[in-house]
Amino acid sequence: MSKPNSVGVITPQTARFDSPLTLKSGVTLPFYELVYETYGTLNADKSNAILVCHALSGNHHVAGYHSEHDKRPGWWDNMIGPGKPIDTGRFFVIGLNNLGGCHGSTGPSSINPQTGKPFGASFPVVTVEDWVETQTRLADRLGIRQFAAIVGGSLGGMQVLQWSINHPDRLRHALVIAAAPRLTAQNIAFNDVARQAILTDPDFHGGDFYAHGVVPRRGLRIARMLGHITYLSDDVMGEKFGRMLRTGAYNFGYEVEFEIESYLRYQGDKFADSFDANTYLLMTKALDYFDPTHHHQHSSLSHTMQAARAKFLVISFSTDWRFSPARSREIVKALLDNNLDVSYAEITAAHGHDAFLMEDPQYHNLVRTYMERVAEEGRS
Amino acid sequence: MTNATIRHDFETIAAWVKPGSRVLDLGCGDGTLLKYLKDSRQAHGYGVDIKDANILACVQKGLNVIQNDLDAGLSGFEADSFDFVILSQTLQAMRHIEQVVAEMLRVGKQAIVAFPNFGYWRHRVQVLQGHMPVSPKLPYQWYDTPNIHLCTVKDFEAFCAQRGIRILERVVMESDREISFLPNIRGSVAVYRIERSQ
Repeated sequence: MSKPNSVGVITPQTARFDSPLTLKSGVTLPFYELVYETYGTLNADKSNAILVCHALSGNHHVAGYHSEHDKRPGWWDNMIGPGKPIDTGRFFVIGLNNLGGCHGSTGPSSINPQTGKPFGASFPVVTVEDWVETQTRLADRLGIRQFAAIVGGSLGGMQVLQWSINHPDRLRHALVIAAAPRLTAQNIAFNDVARQAILTDPDFHGGDFYAHGVVPRRGLRIARMLGHITYLSDDVMGEKFGRMLRTGAYNFGYEVEFEIESYLRYQGDKFADSFDANTYLLMTKALDYFDPTHHHQHSSLSHTMQAARAKFLVISFSTDWRFSPARSREIVKALLDNNLDVSYAEITAAHGHDAFLMEDPQYHNLVRTYMERVAEEGRS
Repeated sequence: MTNATIRHDFETIAAWVKPGSRVLDLGCGDGTLLKYLKDSRQAHGYGVDIKDANILACVQKGLNVIQNDLDAGLSGFEADSFDFVILSQTLQAMRHIEQVVAEMLRVGKQAIVAFPNFGYWRHRVQVLQGHMPVSPKLPYQWYDTPNIHLCTVKDFEAFCAQRGIRILERVVMESDREISFLPNIRGSVAVYRIERSQ
């Protein structure tokens, strides 16, 4: 597929790790696999690598297409490619599916070789710190000692933050987009409603639904519908759907009537067909647990960020109420308190939390300009 | 505003900034001053600005810049966390002057303020002729000016005196020249270095 500025057709790769990994929960995984994609070329001194960390429902397929006939590119294709803000003509970009995912990396839906059945409920809960640990091992495998930058939005931004604390010498730049230093009670509450929808679905079977030949579709749909509400702003929902009715009249029943209902159900259905319920539970739990100050005295982010050495670009979006600009400013303050290099932009955008995935001139110009500096620095 | 005057402004400010200082430039614009301080004084600095284009311009120069509305205060900055907080040609466009100056002196050990002197004789002449002044330092018409809080050298000094703000140094200038005789009449730009009285 010869699309302009596309990385083209990409074949995912798999890395198998046989050294045991002890997770934050105390559980040890004897081995695991991570599926990943790369775009661009690693330079001779391996100094131009960029790691892209994905969010709740993301995966390793960040850019490009999987076949000539593939209609949908990777989830951040507008950001990554030749001549794009993260220019694959300059950088070697890595996207991976996190441990516990459902797109090829070892996770609840993978077959446990000891039993010959999917892990299901027996797959351990993983945390952002665990992900960062596995990402360092992937970097080691690829011979990358230090990333030029690590980039992520939302839950991906949290991984970037964790990298900067746990492995300060392994990244030069940190791009933390639409993130928060930890969830609020309200954020956790939304996640728990989503989890309850899945956990109470009769088709969930305690997480071992694979054996029953079913998936907890109802739960997954509701979880995704709820999620979608929090990703969009009130304004954009109003603009897109308002009170529009599908048939133009009230039917005085409970079938789909308003366009917004139709949209959410469509999103829910699409998601339930492609995403694993156990992975969804695990991802939301990783979000809830994320708190880099957890192990530190005083639970102060400023104190925690003392370890960081990277230069930061922090970006928020004006209508994001899931991780509002105020949450990004908490991160910025902690960086300022430690005299770290940081730039912060609050992008005026209508799309709420989802704006980080959208094409916006200011947002994309900013990332482009910043990444040009990163590239120039790499050359000097 | 001519480039030459900007340079002179900046030179005055830079001369006051000790090498290696931690500086915060409020209303930093495209980052010209901050870049100058970084290059000439090895300052570790952050700019603050509200405009998208200025954020881009600063990032392009490799500067740290924080997008923030100054009128919303400086709550993201710790007390005494900067050696110098600079407000260059921005004071007159602020909505809450008292709050901004108080915040500058909370966050910074010292503050540097530069503003166009409304008492400059050409401005006075235009007012006497019955018009709001329009000049190279105040290049706007009354209806489109962002400058909502114009003051004179005398006004600013009275403001400081009333609030217990100590003036450490003052340079008043016109076209690259420092004006020491009748500065409130002959000078078009004033630059002050101030601190809290202990």
